[in-house]
Amino acid sequence: MSPILTLWGGVDPWIAIFSLVTVIITVAMGFWSAGKSKSAGDFFVAGRSVSVGWNASAISGEYLSAASFMGIAGMVMAVGYDALWYPVCYACGYLFLLLFIAGPLRRFGAYTIPDFAEGRYDSPVFRKIAVCFVLFIGFFYTMPQMKGAGTTLAYIFPGLPYWAGVVVVGAVITLNVSLGGMKGITLVQAFQYWLKMFAIALPVFVLASVLGHYHQHLGANRTSQETNSTLTSEITRGALPAKAPSDEQWITPFGRLTTKAVDTAIAAAPTAEAKAALEADKRPFSLLYTYSLIIALVCGTAGLPHILVRFYTNPDGVAAKRTTMWVMILIGVFYLFTPIYGVMGRSLAPYLYEGLGAKGTDKIVLELPTLLAAKDLSLLGSILSGITCAGAFAAFMSTFSGLLVSMTGALAHDVYGRILRPESTPEQRLRAFKWCAVLIGGMSIGLGMQVEALEINFMVGQAFAIAAASYFPLLFLSVWWRGMTMPGAAAGMLAGGLSALAAISLTSFSDIALAGAKKLPALDVAAYWADRPLAKALADFWAAQPLARILCEQPAIWAVPLAIGLMWIVSKATAQEIPKDIRMKMLVLHAPESLGLKQEYIKEHEGVGH
Amino acid sequence: MKDNSLHSEAFLARLMRNQLRLSIACAVAFVIALVALPLMNYYQSDLMAQRVGGFTLSWLILGVLFFPYVWLLSWIFIRRSLALETREAAAAKEEAGR
Repeated sequence: MSPILTLWGGVDPWIAIFSLVTVIITVAMGFWSAGKSKSAGDFFVAGRSVSVGWNASAISGEYLSAASFMGIAGMVMAVGYDALWYPVCYACGYLFLLLFIAGPLRRFGAYTIPDFAEGRYDSPVFRKIAVCFVLFIGFFYTMPQMKGAGTTLAYIFPGLPYWAGVVVVGAVITLNVSLGGMKGITLVQAFQYWLKMFAIALPVFVLASVLGHYHQHLGANRTSQETNSTLTSEITRGALPAKAPSDEQWITPFGRLTTKAVDTAIAAAPTAEAKAALEADKRPFSLLYTYSLIIALVCGTAGLPHILVRFYTNPDGVAAKRTTMWVMILIGVFYLFTPIYGVMGRSLAPYLYEGLGAKGTDKIVLELPTLLAAKDLSLLGSILSGITCAGAFAAFMSTFSGLLVSMTGALAHDVYGRILRPESTPEQRLRAFKWCAVLIGGMSIGLGMQVEALEINFMVGQAFAIAAASYFPLLFLSVWWRGMTMPGAAAGMLAGGLSALAAISLTSFSDIALAGAKKLPALDVAAYWADRPLAKALADFWAAQPLARILCEQPAIWAVPLAIGLMWIVSKATAQEIPKDIRMKMLVLHAPESLGLKQEYIKEHEGVGH
Repeated sequence: MKDNSLHSEAFLARLMRNQLRLSIACAVAFVIALVALPLMNYYQSDLMAQRVGGFTLSWLILGVLFFPYVWLLSWIFIRRSLALETREAAAAKEEAGR
């Protein structure tokens, strides 16, 4: 058999067809809209004329990434109740964006976040810092998308190596973005939102009617008050493997996700008294973990640069507010469905608990429809599985295109157009946009190939925590506090973002080392640790100090106040640096647009040769 | 410059105060729910484990009811905030015309 035929051998034709159609439609829409995107404005902010409905669909399409489409269902299945905080905070974080940031940011009329940073503080230096953060958070968020692309393609085509998926998806999106820019991807992302919504909702309705409803599957899990005799369930469950959490751990709050650090410490504690003392800490520490997670997700959502940049594509501040509300509704409806896969997966596909990552609970969304085969509906199962695969494709393609546009915008508009060649013509900037898209697309593919060993959810969490401790405090205080100065803003943003990054990196460093040790036979473990004295010391430290471990794994609870506190103190100390025309800037941010203040602001600046 | 004009300190302070007051009121309603749910799970775990049509109470609130609650908050905010903007704009234009 030729290598190509071997590759196709294990492929479900329905899955292949649906995935291929998704890619073809994406590319075709990219080409079609490429003909309509002409000016630099079209490329960077879609001509600032995207209507509320289109923009809300596009933002939602961009936001629902591989982590949302597959990761949340997998996580609900793996850890239960505590994982529900992820979809809820991913959707509800937009409320902070709506209440405090969306309207004023749009009114300010800048092209990008670095534009806002420079305009608000009259400081070109601050623009450079802000550009670095856009690229930094962007790449952190790109890596898990690439990982999702690589693993999904490897799932669909079992013979395909991981890197091939990364290269194929990366190349398709880079082509799309360099052809159509922001205007091009607006259309594609809006289409992809509705595809994802359809792909997540339709299988749920079919599966629930055949295999049992949401509440029935949930009812099959016993709480601490219920005994087996009081529990009546219509669902016949598969046997849970030893690795799976117990019913009670799974369905009640403060389960495995939040107690992991203390559990490790208990296992390592030398005496029975020490174990008992740690046991008493378990619940309070779980509560702390939960709150820190909530802060990271809610504040992080309000500070993701690739989402913020989309608000500049609205015609005005009123439209920006309306768009945010619709985004919350579109995303919320989507997130109502994802946990259902996890709940059904626990009773119907418990064998997935045995696998790890992409081979384990993470693939439940793709795996669940195939269970219809047991009910003599294997054709329907294949079609539905094909639809969820198409949804997964849409998920990482649309998020990656959004990231690519925001990073390319930062490079082409801020670095090339403002810092390197301020005198360049619009045509030159347009050409720069296309080349920057290719450059960043290439870098993303390169980075994506390196991260096969890391978890998707974990990497996304890093991006959120960094955004929560840097961009969110910056935007919130810049908009509402006129006493904020450039040194204060920069100090808080850098200290918050970098300390959150350092704390998370420490935990991931020891987690990767620990995963390596677990793969070895017991005899070799001592030798493994002897080669890695630093990782061993760190692992021992975490086991002795579970509180420190929780605070490093979920740094938002101290990093966000740290950033805000530093911004306040340093701004007070450098009060002489408050921009002279701060009252005018604040008026532009907050006054209704019908007063026409925006034009005045621009004219005044033109007057002094800006 | 007149005291009440568009560029006066008083106008800006009033504008920001009114808008911030509305935003904070909505944020407080949201934050109370976010803070209270883990606390309820912590101190009233038996109550939160009660079954409501197959769901536990806690799961029903977080997995289902939280979304419509936040939609309602955002709808109230948008309505009030747009009304506020219209009023501010009308008041400012009236001042300017005087």
